[in-house]
Amino acid sequence: MTISLAPVCDARAPIARANPVAKLTAAVAVSTTALIASDWLTPLLLLAALLAVVPFSGIRIGALARRLRWLWSAALIVVVVNAVFAAEQTGRILIALGPLEISTGALLDATAIGLRVLVAATAGVLGFATTDPTDLADALTQQLRAPARFTLGALAALRLLPLMGAEWRQITSARRARGLEGGWNPARRVRLFVSTMFALLVGAIRRAGRLAAAMDARGFDSEIPRTYAREQRMYAADWAVIAGALLVCATAVAVSAAYGVFTAF
Amino acid sequence: MIPVEFRGFAWRHAGRRAQAVTGVDLRVEPGERVLLLGPSGSGKSTLLAALAGLLTEDSGEQDGDVLIDGKPAAEQQDRVGILFQDPETQLVMARSGDDVAFGLENQAVPRDRIWPRVREALAAVGFPYGVDRPTHALSGGEQQRLALAGVLARRPDLILLDEPTANLDPEGARDVRAALRTALADTEATLIVVEHRVAEILDLVDRVIALGPGGTLLADGPAEAVLAEHGDHLAAQGVWVPGVPLPTRPALAAGDVALHGESLTLLHPGTDHPALDDVSFQLRQGELLAVTGPNGSGKSTLALLAGGLAKPTRGRSTVPGETRPLHRLPARRLATRIGSVFQDPEHQFVTATVQDELAFGPRQAGWPKDRIDARVSELLERLRLAPLANANPHTLSGGEARRLSVAGALAAAPGVLLLDEPTFGQDRRTWGELVDLTADIRDEGTALLAVTHDRDFAAALAGRELVLNAGRIAEERRR
Repeated sequence: MTISLAPVCDARAPIARANPVAKLTAAVAVSTTALIASDWLTPLLLLAALLAVVPFSGIRIGALARRLRWLWSAALIVVVVNAVFAAEQTGRILIALGPLEISTGALLDATAIGLRVLVAATAGVLGFATTDPTDLADALTQQLRAPARFTLGALAALRLLPLMGAEWRQITSARRARGLEGGWNPARRVRLFVSTMFALLVGAIRRAGRLAAAMDARGFDSEIPRTYAREQRMYAADWAVIAGALLVCATAVAVSAAYGVFTAF
Repeated sequence: MIPVEFRGFAWRHAGRRAQAVTGVDLRVEPGERVLLLGPSGSGKSTLLAALAGLLTEDSGEQDGDVLIDGKPAAEQQDRVGILFQDPETQLVMARSGDDVAFGLENQAVPRDRIWPRVREALAAVGFPYGVDRPTHALSGGEQQRLALAGVLARRPDLILLDEPTANLDPEGARDVRAALRTALADTEATLIVVEHRVAEILDLVDRVIALGPGGTLLADGPAEAVLAEHGDHLAAQGVWVPGVPLPTRPALAAGDVALHGESLTLLHPGTDHPALDDVSFQLRQGELLAVTGPNGSGKSTLALLAGGLAKPTRGRSTVPGETRPLHRLPARRLATRIGSVFQDPEHQFVTATVQDELAFGPRQAGWPKDRIDARVSELLERLRLAPLANANPHTLSGGEARRLSVAGALAAAPGVLLLDEPTFGQDRRTWGELVDLTADIRDEGTALLAVTHDRDFAAALAGRELVLNAGRIAEERRR
């Protein structure tokens, strides 16, 4: 088990180079629009727009597909569950297996819900897969004036995450050596999981304490306003990313309304 | 160049009854290079933390003054740099250059002046990579040099080093000492260093201050004079004094084969270089086999596979009387066949008291109650843990925790014991205790395998030595 949050894209691509706060704003705008709209056309248009952006993100299609695989499967399950267990089946019956019925109306509603999940997930993955966590922390601090104690603290904690994977394996081996393992007994497995998790947390808290002391010893707790070694700025291109996202959202809603299918909530 | 002074300084950690240090009066002159010596519990780290301004009001109670250049240490944080022993928990950022820059940002250094100073500091410690090198891809020694660059870049007038090489393998420690040597030659800063391994650091200092329990002053003066006059006493207190001979415990004759490793190989999925490649060995009753080699050579992997704690890609580890390889045994049976002691004792503690910890293995193995009780009292006596029988294992000192983890692994009477870096980071007194304990276990007929960087430990106990390199046996030495 290795935990990695490093970006998986070509750093020179236009989207990868955009200011993280601009990307964050754009992703939030698109996701929010998709979640507010409850018809099927708006999220479909938004999804099409997101896929059109992929070539500019610098992410290899294979890597993106791997990251999205689980989310797309989840969206599919959402569609099936909502279609089968819809409150009322309207329109033509498509499938009838005993008590199980799926109608066109229910399928359309379910597809709309699944599409909303997809849009939010894809926007999030596009944003995070093209963003270096350090750049995100810098932009949050410099553009949104988020406190450095929060952003850099989170960044330092992130650096400790991979250590926890290694430590989990060590604790598990150490416990097997003591004669302790879950085996086939589910109750014992759960108990062991909880106690291993506890040992891991104790170690993590101790480590976090030492890291905090080391950061303060290098002046992190001084009252002087910090300077920034890496500058993050909003360039015209970054404003264009935000404007583009808003334009896409407005267009999707307008087209959907023009077709007469737009509904909200 | 600034003076440092403790005046009647005392500190009690919040939640503790006793003071960590009491009535410390010390003065260090501007530009002096001081080695602070003393056994565990003499408060050396507390004194350094006080100077670094890390003893805040809510973390305990202070008496007296800690003055840096005549002002309280808490107000002088900007002029002090401290290097701790654990490299992993000193680095903040994902890229090396950013990490050095972190301390300069906190000092409000303007951006155009940050990067030249970052490069200068990295060069001063002989950092072999560029500023974009990911910090997680560095070895322990490289990480520690990076942390040192982070300290130096802030241009402190007082540099504090808290056992800077204690957590490193020998190669990493050597590189860090070389970096310290060049870097300190370029600065006039006052230096205070805490270190158990005196010999390696002696040429960096011109004064030695030796502390006793609670921070009482044992000796103070030029290094040679202090060590000549108080060497034996300091060695008995746990300091690694150069020239004081170490004990050796040669083995008696070895018995039958107790553990057999056959072609042990481990290939992590997604890699093409095996962590361990076709390693075979035999381990006999009453002998200690030392496994040595540089970091990443597969020593710890060998211990995991030999101990049946991980499934080998190929090969097997067996003990006489078991037809199945060890990795296929259920854990409770495994613990009666082979004991493994890990580097971090706390990972192995699974109960709330010392005596439960000792009873755990036998209970898992299904021993009758009176046999368990007899075994527990025997181990408590032998390992001098009887007064701590009801203590929580997590509250023990380093040496006690180490003894308990060995005792716990031995409790269910396995014939084989595997030790991973048993002496890592221990002071000399605990080291001597561990050598004696290990020799006693060995001479009772237990077969021992010890993964170790510690040449002195191997020399004191090992009959044979297996040198690993890049996952393979490079050499087998007889002693």
